[in-house]
Amino acid sequence: MKKLTLPGKISIAVVILCLSTLWFLPMWQIDLRAPQYPGGLSMKIWINDVKGDVDIINGLNHYIGMKTIHKKDFPEFIFLPTTMMIFMGLGLIVLLLNRKLYYYIWTGLFAFIGFFSFYDFYKWEYNYGHNLDPSAPIKIPDMSYTPPLFGYKKMLNFEALSQPDISGWFYISAGVIMVGISIYEYRKSHAK
Amino acid sequence: MKKIILALSSVAVIASMQSCKMKSAESAVQGDAASKVYVAPGKYDEFYNFVSGGFSGQVTVYGLPSGRLLKVIPVFSLFPENGYGFNEETKPMLNTSNGAVPWDDQHHLMLSQTNGEQDGRWIFANANNTPRVARIDLTTFKTMEILQLPNSAGNHSSPFLTENTEYVVAGTRFSVPLGEEDVPISSFKQNFRSTASFISVDKTTGHMSIAFQIMLPGMNLDLSRAGKGASHGWFFFSCYNTEQAYTLLEVNASQKDKDFIVAVNWKKAEEYAKAGKGRKVAAEYAHNVYDEDKQTATSTMEKEVLVLDPKDCPDMVYMIPCPKSPHGCDVSPTGEYIVGSGKLAALIPVFSFAKITKAIADKQFEGDFYGIPVIKYEAALHGEVKKPGLGPLHTEFDDHGNAYTSMFLSSEVVKWRLSDLQVVDRVPTYYSVGHLMVPGGDTKKPWGKYLVAYDKITKDRYLPTGPELCQSAQLYDISGDKMQLILDFPTIGEPHYAQACPASLIKDKQVKFFDINKNHHQFVAMGEKKTNVVRTGNRVDVWMTAIRSHLTPDNIEGVYVGDEVYFHVTNLEQDWDIPHGFAIKNNPGAELLIMPGETVTLKYVPTHPGIYPFYCTDFCSALHQEMSGYLRVSPKGSNVPIKFGTGVVADTTAKK
Repeated sequence: MKKLTLPGKISIAVVILCLSTLWFLPMWQIDLRAPQYPGGLSMKIWINDVKGDVDIINGLNHYIGMKTIHKKDFPEFIFLPTTMMIFMGLGLIVLLLNRKLYYYIWTGLFAFIGFFSFYDFYKWEYNYGHNLDPSAPIKIPDMSYTPPLFGYKKMLNFEALSQPDISGWFYISAGVIMVGISIYEYRKSHAK
Repeated sequence: MKKIILALSSVAVIASMQSCKMKSAESAVQGDAASKVYVAPGKYDEFYNFVSGGFSGQVTVYGLPSGRLLKVIPVFSLFPENGYGFNEETKPMLNTSNGAVPWDDQHHLMLSQTNGEQDGRWIFANANNTPRVARIDLTTFKTMEILQLPNSAGNHSSPFLTENTEYVVAGTRFSVPLGEEDVPISSFKQNFRSTASFISVDKTTGHMSIAFQIMLPGMNLDLSRAGKGASHGWFFFSCYNTEQAYTLLEVNASQKDKDFIVAVNWKKAEEYAKAGKGRKVAAEYAHNVYDEDKQTATSTMEKEVLVLDPKDCPDMVYMIPCPKSPHGCDVSPTGEYIVGSGKLAALIPVFSFAKITKAIADKQFEGDFYGIPVIKYEAALHGEVKKPGLGPLHTEFDDHGNAYTSMFLSSEVVKWRLSDLQVVDRVPTYYSVGHLMVPGGDTKKPWGKYLVAYDKITKDRYLPTGPELCQSAQLYDISGDKMQLILDFPTIGEPHYAQACPASLIKDKQVKFFDINKNHHQFVAMGEKKTNVVRTGNRVDVWMTAIRSHLTPDNIEGVYVGDEVYFHVTNLEQDWDIPHGFAIKNNPGAELLIMPGETVTLKYVPTHPGIYPFYCTDFCSALHQEMSGYLRVSPKGSNVPIKFGTGVVADTTAKK
C-alpha cells in the first residue's frame, strides 16, 4: 500500500483546523430584507445552534403560518457536531496509518457528509416553507416560502439571501483541499 | 383755481409714487438658504435641538438644520398621547406637596456637562409655576426624575449647571416668605426672601437632592450661569427689582439705575454647608423618581432643607452693579467674561472675572445690600458694548471669540467681539427674539455653525390660524462673517431657552427596546402563559400581554360596576419600533403606549354594565385592526365568575 506524501499529511492537519472553526464561527447565514426592516434581519446557523434575529423572524412567521424556529427542534445540532468530531478523529487515524487509500475513503466520506447535510438542509427548508398552519391569517394560493438553499429569492415583501458564513467557507475550503490533495496523491503514485 | 388744481395734482402725483413705502420683512432671505437647510429624505440632521415648551410644560426635540420636529418629551404636563401622568407608573411623577399638578410652564434647559463640555447624558428642565426641576435621560428621552423646590416661587432662574454637573442651580423669580408664613404683602422688605437652591447631582445615577439653599434679600433673581474654566467655583445670577416692589412692578421695579449681578462662591458655600454653618429648616417637597428596573415612579415627601444665610457665611456672596434690570447673565467660553444684559439698558456691560477677584481682594466695595458687599462697578468692568441695540436679553458665544446678543425691542441679533467689544454684524428676527442659542454656545466648546433665535411673536410669518398663532424659531448660518437667515420653523408652546448638541453625541446610545428579561415591574407577565385575572375585594388585576397581533387575555368576564380594574399590559415584542397601545371604551383617562419589553398599567373603573371593547392603538402590523378584545362588565352584586382567555371559542351559541 502506498504511503501519503508530505503535502498529503499536512493537508490532514489543515483540514482538521479548518473544520474546528465550525465551533467558533457561524457556518451559514440567511439574510432577509423588507421595507419595514431597513437594517435587514439575519439568521446565523452554527454547527450546534441557530442565532441572530431568530426571535424577530419567529414573530413574523405566524402571519403566514410558518413554524417557529427553535434550537431544540433540530436533532442536527447534536448529530452534526458528533459526525464532524468523528470525522476529524478519523483524519488523525488516516494520518497515523499513513495510507493513500484511507485518505481517498476519508475524502469520500466528507463528500457524503456534505451532500447529505445539504440534502437535509433543503428538506428542512422545504418543510419549513410548505408546512403551513391552515388557520394562518395570511394565505396566498399556491404560495410557498421555501428559503433559497443558496443565493437570492423574493418572497412576498421579503427578499432572502442564503450563503455560507465564515466557518462555512472554511468547510468548503476543507473539501477543496481534500479533493485537490486526493488528485495530487493519485497522480504522484501513477506518475512513476 | 389754477393754483388749487396744481397743488391737488402734485399731491396726487406724490401719493401715487408710493416712494415712502416701509421696508417689508420679505427680503430677508438671500442666496442658497434652501440648500443649507435641506436634509434629504432618509438623511439625519447634524444637531439635536432641545427646545423648552413654555406653557406646554413639555420639552420638544428638533433636528437642525432642517427644523423638523422629532419628539415631544412629556415632562411637567399630562400627555394623553402616550399616557404620561395618566398611567399608574408615571402618576407619581407629577406629584407635589400640593398633590398632583397636571401642568407647568417650562422655560430653560441645560445639557449635562463634564469639564464644561456637553456629555450627552441628561438634560435638565425647570418648571416655573410650581417650582420643580426635572432630569431627562438621553438614552430613552424619558423624564426620570422631578424634584420640587421648597422656599421658592417662580422657578425662572433655573436650571443652570456647574461645569461638571456638580450642581443644578435654581433661583427664585418671586420672593416669598420662607415656609408657609402668613404675613401682609406690604411686609415684603422684612419677610420676603429670594433663594438660590444648589441641587447636587449623583455622578452615576444622576439622582438629585438639594445640598443647600442660599437665602438672599427679597428681589427677583433672573437668568444665570455658573462660572467655568477660570471662574469655575463661582456662580452668577442676574437680578432685578432690588427696589423691592410688590405692586405695579413695571414701574416700581424699574426705578433704580442699576440692579445687580449676584456672584456666589459656591465652593465656599459648600465648605460652609459642610462646616455646619447652615440651618436645617422644615420644608415639604416632593421628590419623584422613575425606577428603570421596576418601570415605575415613586414620590417621596422630603421634610427639611439646609439654608445658608450670607450673614453667617462671609466671603460667599458679592453683588456687582449692573445697569437697568438685568435679565441675562452669560459667561464666555473661557470663563473670564461675564456679560450682563439690562433689558432696559442702552449698553451691554462685560465684567472680567480677574477684575472681580482683584476687587474683592482689594476690598473695592461701594457699600452693601442687606449686608452683602457691593463691588464697585468700574472695578469689576472689562468694558461696555456701546449702542448694541434695544432691549438686550441673552448672549451666547461661538468658537471664534464672538458673542451674540438677542435684542427684544429692536428685534434683532447683534454679533460683537469679546476682545474689543465692537459690534460687527446685526440681523433682524421675526419678531421680538427672546432667547437665542448656538450649539454648545453656553459651554467651553461652542459649535459656531448655527444660531437659533426663539421668537415671542410671529404675526404674519405663517398661514394665519385664528387669533392664537404659533411661536417660532429662526435659524441663522453664522459660519461666515455675516449672519444669514436660512430657516423659519414653528414651535410647540412658547420656546424660551434651548440647547443643541451634535447628533453623534447621543445618536448611538439610543435604547431601541427594553430587554424583557430585565423587566422587574411588579405586574409583568413574562409570556402569555403568565397572564392572569385576579380579584382582591373590588380590585381586579389583569396581567395582560401584547404581541403581534393579539392581546392575552382578550375576553374578560367577572368584572362588576364600581370595580377598580388595573390592566397591566406587557409588550412582549423584542424588536425596534414595535410599540403597542391600549385603550378601552369610555375610559375617562388616556390610553397607554407600551414600548417593547415594557409593562404599563391603565386603571379603569366601569360605571355602567355592558360590553367594553379594548384595542391596540398603535398601528403595529397588518393585523393591527384585529388586535382587540372585550371586557364584560356586570351589574354590581351579580354572580359572574372571573373568566378570561384568548382564542377560546365557546361551544354554545347565543347564550344570555
